[in-house]
Amino acid sequence: MRLQAAAIALVVAGGVAMFIMSLSSFDSLYQTRERYYRDHGFADVFAGLKRAPVAVADRIRDLPGVDRVDHRVVAYVSVDIEGFDEPVSAHLVSLPVDSTGDLNRLYLRRGRLLAPGADDEVLLSQEFAAAHGLDPGDTLNATINGRREKLTVVGHALSPEYIYQIAPGAVFPDYRRYGVMWMARKPLATAYDLDGAFNHLAIQLMRGARPEALIERLDEMLGRYGGSGAIARADQLSHRFLTEDLKQQRTIATVFPLIFFSVAAFLLNVVVSRMIGLEREQIAALRAFGYGRLAIGWHYSVLVQVIVLTGSALGIAAGVWMGKGISRIFQSFYSFPYLHYVLEPGVVVAAVLIASAAGLAGTLYAVQGAARLPPAQAMRPAPPARYRPTLVERLGLGRLLSQPARIVLRQIERRPLRSALGLLGIAMACGVMMIGDFQESAIDRMIAVQYGLSQREDLLVTYVDPAPARSLHSLAALPGVLHAEGFRQVPVKLSHGHRSYRTAVQGIAPASTLLRLIDTDLQPIELPGEGVVMTDWLAGLLRISPGDLLRIEVLELDRPVIEVPLVGLSRQYMGVNAYMRQDALNRVLGEGRVVSGALLRIDADHANAINATLKDVPRIAGVVERQAAIRAFYDTLAESVLFFTMIATLLGASIAFGVVYNSLRIALSERSRELASLRVLGFTRGEVGQILLGELGVLTLLGIPLGFAVGFGLCAFLAFRFNTDLYRIPLVLGPGVYAFAALVVLVSFIVSGLMIWHSLGRLDMVAVLKSKE
Amino acid sequence: MASTRVAGPAGEAGDVVFHVHGVTKIYRMGEVSVRALRGVDLDLYRGEFMVLLGASGSGKSTLLNILGGLDTPTEGEVRYAGRDLGGADERELTLYRRHHVGFVFQFYNLIPSLTALENVAIVTEIAAEPMKPEAALDLVGLGERRHHFPAQLSGGEQQRVAIARAIAKQPAVLLCDEPTGALDSKTGIMVLEALDRVNAELGTTTVVITHNVDIARMANRVVRLTDGRVAEVHRNETRTPPSDLHW
Repeated sequence: MRLQAAAIALVVAGGVAMFIMSLSSFDSLYQTRERYYRDHGFADVFAGLKRAPVAVADRIRDLPGVDRVDHRVVAYVSVDIEGFDEPVSAHLVSLPVDSTGDLNRLYLRRGRLLAPGADDEVLLSQEFAAAHGLDPGDTLNATINGRREKLTVVGHALSPEYIYQIAPGAVFPDYRRYGVMWMARKPLATAYDLDGAFNHLAIQLMRGARPEALIERLDEMLGRYGGSGAIARADQLSHRFLTEDLKQQRTIATVFPLIFFSVAAFLLNVVVSRMIGLEREQIAALRAFGYGRLAIGWHYSVLVQVIVLTGSALGIAAGVWMGKGISRIFQSFYSFPYLHYVLEPGVVVAAVLIASAAGLAGTLYAVQGAARLPPAQAMRPAPPARYRPTLVERLGLGRLLSQPARIVLRQIERRPLRSALGLLGIAMACGVMMIGDFQESAIDRMIAVQYGLSQREDLLVTYVDPAPARSLHSLAALPGVLHAEGFRQVPVKLSHGHRSYRTAVQGIAPASTLLRLIDTDLQPIELPGEGVVMTDWLAGLLRISPGDLLRIEVLELDRPVIEVPLVGLSRQYMGVNAYMRQDALNRVLGEGRVVSGALLRIDADHANAINATLKDVPRIAGVVERQAAIRAFYDTLAESVLFFTMIATLLGASIAFGVVYNSLRIALSERSRELASLRVLGFTRGEVGQILLGELGVLTLLGIPLGFAVGFGLCAFLAFRFNTDLYRIPLVLGPGVYAFAALVVLVSFIVSGLMIWHSLGRLDMVAVLKSKE
Repeated sequence: MASTRVAGPAGEAGDVVFHVHGVTKIYRMGEVSVRALRGVDLDLYRGEFMVLLGASGSGKSTLLNILGGLDTPTEGEVRYAGRDLGGADERELTLYRRHHVGFVFQFYNLIPSLTALENVAIVTEIAAEPMKPEAALDLVGLGERRHHFPAQLSGGEQQRVAIARAIAKQPAVLLCDEPTGALDSKTGIMVLEALDRVNAELGTTTVVITHNVDIARMANRVVRLTDGRVAEVHRNETRTPPSDLHW
């Protein structure tokens, strides 16, 4: 009984641990973020524009609902760090001297703030600085509007605006190649000819004010200043990534503990039923002595609660450990000045209450049955079990079965509910384990499709300002550049019916080989001369189908509005974009052949030389090296994937072991007489073992394929719940995912079997001859 | 190791199936030692029907368990067909039970999930020279009820299935521990008739343990154990048919 109780406690612990892990990491992340936002004045509305005089900001300050306005100069610059040859780009943000800023205030981790009059000083985002080992006092070179400046690092900082720091167009952080830097307003404004002007706004609203109306006003006001559309906090990139992650934590917190608690309830039911079966006569005696049903029910409930509470205690400890682990992983993706691990007492209480309730639910039925029997009836032994030929035999296949096989199958059929639940338990264990590995294969697929099939350039070069297409010639002429294509990109608002979405339209060179659109069957799509192709996910958001007219409001330049047909859908796992032919987009914008940047395919041997050259080209704002970004992403991800796989495996194995071991123990207890009789008749320990393990073996073998289905379903559910505008999780489960889950289930079975094998050796053959069941 | 079947009761001159000499069995229960057998000497002959009588605690079950390879003596010698059972390991004893011994228990010990026929077949499947399970059931008069599960059979019927199961492998020796202990006298006599018939028709050496003195009248020889020793060996000059027994 001790080991059985331990196995059940383990499953309870799994559920409690999952619950605590998910909710505590959710709480930790949520509360840390809220506190960080509040203490550091994270803005409610953001707006980018070309150039507006400071007086415009003052007018905006007077708009209804506006509390504070922070106008800034921001720019993307390319950075040159000694000893690092690959392209590095940075988002440069202006900051008042000797201040952490007005809104989105910095958290200074190291060093000092910008000194008055020191035009060459920068603060680096902590992660960026750490990735390059740049300490206060170190220097780096940045190409600011075409001029190479030597900048001195004075400190490391964090900002609520950049909790998730990714380069434009990227999905994953890569701190070696992209970072945020803050420098004094004056030199930055001078470099971009923005003295007395600004190109970015952060706005804090008054309490209770809603951002929608303000955004509309801002778009009207800023249009003539080159506004590219204001966004609410909800659409701010860093905030959105974080919010999606929080949502995922909540999903995990609801689904997984449910599985564990159901399995625990089932196990407790089986074990307590057996115990009551063995103690039937004692229960009857107690009832005869005048103990009420309640008192007897209480007796068993106390026992169950001891198991549940032991499991809960273990689960709380494991949950805290796992919660801290997850929080640590969050810190590798997100930039927080602190991450306070929060374990709300309510979470612990809820976990224990739910576990107790599941335990009681599992026991109640069994206890009820025992306490309901009239004492006189209960004192007699239970009537012999009734069996009948199994379905297999009724179908006429009985001849194929040996007698031990019959015993196994009839045993399974006699208790269909118990067998079904056992089967389901094993299937759940198998399914849970598939989730760990699923993440990895899903990410592999995302990368393979996105970067293997669709975005195939080696370097993505972004210009500071759109430039004539002939600028590509100079790029193409660089030694080692094999192929260069331009692209045009403008911010837009897309609408269909009453639905709209802000994104960018990308103009692709005709017959582009570096940016290929692929359809849902992963076949390349030829972009026609007219019309728009968009990401399938975006079409879903807009409820638009190919053939429908799409309204495009360009949010830049003269803000033209056009209506064009949607001509196709493209499969993309990241981002939500719309695509047109570059020449068509140029026509819409009323411009000549103009590009926003270039896609390059290069000879890897020349990469360093090309990067070095590009760094010094003034009109280039940034260069993204695709493969390097992917590698960096995998490095960051490795730890988290490992952690999740480990947790999923531990939890799955604990369910599998809990179900198999308990079922075997119960079977041994219920059937020891039968098995000992067979031993007396000359059956070897192995043959008897086969009969005992056969039932669970069959359930395990059936449970594994069912588990594959359950795992597929769980992964599909997660993929569905985790789908966002930012990325979609493809439902890809490689053979390895299935094989690993099956393997762990089988190992759990074998370990349980070995433990039972030992007990089989101790079957008392002499005692069964003398005892009546 | 199949033995030659000899019909009819065997005399003292017949082959010795079991040779028991100086067998002592001591159980240690915590700090107390219980001497269940204290130097038993006994020979069993081929085809013999022997009844072991004795009060509770006289050691008769212990002796039967040792003969059946379920237990080993602490001291002394037990030979089955010339082979030493005392020194056999677990595997050898399992094979010995499997091929040479048929057991009938007081509480039948049938497999509840198997029908009468299947309960017999489970043994014949692993036996070396079994008879057909149907034939074994016919022998105990249960051919008609072969497809019934134990829960659908009366106690006497279940015990007869147990006998069919024990004899279906054509064992050299049939060991029965209180086979009628859980049955009323009418049913008990039916069971004894089945045992008698098996002994007569197959020539199986049969040992029946009982504390019921009446049953002793159907044996060739009656051995009475008292306090772990053979107190008396009695040979019935004429065997009483089971149908003439009553208690």
